[in-house]
This record gives sequence, C-alpha cells and structure tokens, in this order.
Amino acid sequence: MTLASYISWVILPLLGLGMLLTFIRVVRGPSLPDRVVALDLMATFIIAISAVYSVSSNEPSYLDAAVVLALITFLGTVAFAYYLHKRGNNA
Amino acid sequence: MRDTLIALLLLGGTFFALVAALGVVRMPDIYMRLSAASKASTLGASCILVAVAIFFASTAVTGKVVAIIAFTLLTAPVAAHMLGRAAYFSGEPLWKKSTVDDLGTPGAWFERKCPDQSKSADKEQS
Repeated sequence: MTLASYISWVILPLLGLGMLLTFIRVVRGPSLPDRVVALDLMATFIIAISAVYSVSSNEPSYLDAAVVLALITFLGTVAFAYYLHKRGNNA
Repeated sequence: MRDTLIALLLLGGTFFALVAALGVVRMPDIYMRLSAASKASTLGASCILVAVAIFFASTAVTGKVVAIIAFTLLTAPVAAHMLGRAAYFSGEPLWKKSTVDDLGTPGAWFERKCPDQSKSADKEQS
C-alpha cells in the first residue's frame, strides 16, 4: 500500500468523519459558545486535512493555506469571545 | 522505514483529532467540550504536521510546519481561556453534577440565573 492510497483510503475518511461529528455540534449546539467551540475545532480539522492532502498530492503549497487558516482562526475565536463577553447576561 | 513513521504519525494525529471531535459531541457541558477540543486537537494537528515535515524533508516546509505548530501551541490555550471565561460570564450553565465552581463566589451562579429568589434570600439574611 503506497502512502498516497493509504492517505486517501484511511486518513482522509477518518478526518472527514471527525469533521462530520463536529458539524453535528454546530447544528444542535444549544447556545452560541458551543457553536464557536465546534467551529474552532472544524478549522483545526481543515488545517489537518490540507496538510494531509499536501502529502497525498505531493504539493507543498497547500501548507500555505494551513498557515493562513491557523492565523485567522485565532482572530475569529477571540472576536467571538469578545462579542460574547460584551453581550453579557441578557441573551 | 520513513513511510512507516509517516503513516504512524498520521494515524496518531487522526486518532487524537477524532477523540477531540467525539469529545465535542458527547461531553455534557460547554467547559468540558472546550477542554476536549482545545487540547486533543492541538496534539492531533501537531502530529499530522510533523508527519508532513518528515515527508517533504525540505527547509521551507519544515519552517512552515514549525510556524503553524508554534502558533497553535501559543494561541489555542489563550482562545480556549477567553471563550470559557466569556461563556461563564454570559451565564452558560455548568453540568448539574459539577461540584467545584472556583470562579464564582458561593451562590453567585444561582443569583445570575434566578435574580428574584436570590434578592429575597439576601433580605432575609440582612
């Protein structure tokens, strides 16, 4: 079994399954912070998937997307946390 | 030999990412979900990225991988802490079997959830 077929038959389906599980929490999360946590985890999954895909297609430039996503996700989570903090108790 | 190492690292990283996803789905309240998601997903993504660095074995890729891992290690705890704090102060309920609430004074959470009853309780005390 070559590395590329191992990735496309084992690793990528498992990561997709994890992303699906996370999406369940995005859909039914009872409150906004649950959804923010799940979206944060989904971004980490996308980083992992693009890194794995750069191995299976032998193309290192997919890692640039992972770098940018790792930078942006933090800003998004901090913005959501700030919004939650400002919104306070009345929602 | 190198392919085996890469395959094992990819499998380990995928395992930890799946554990994080399972924790986010199955844990009972947001604080446990936050804990599961932030720690396990950091380790999973780091394992996968180390596998990528070993596969390409070039300076540019290794630099990017080290940058991503260092940034994730720095920012994931900060983001989780900010989210947990914001969730606590916006009144997210703890799990009903939680026994320790270090952030609130005793009864503070109850006052936020049921302000009318707590005010009457204060009057009775004073």
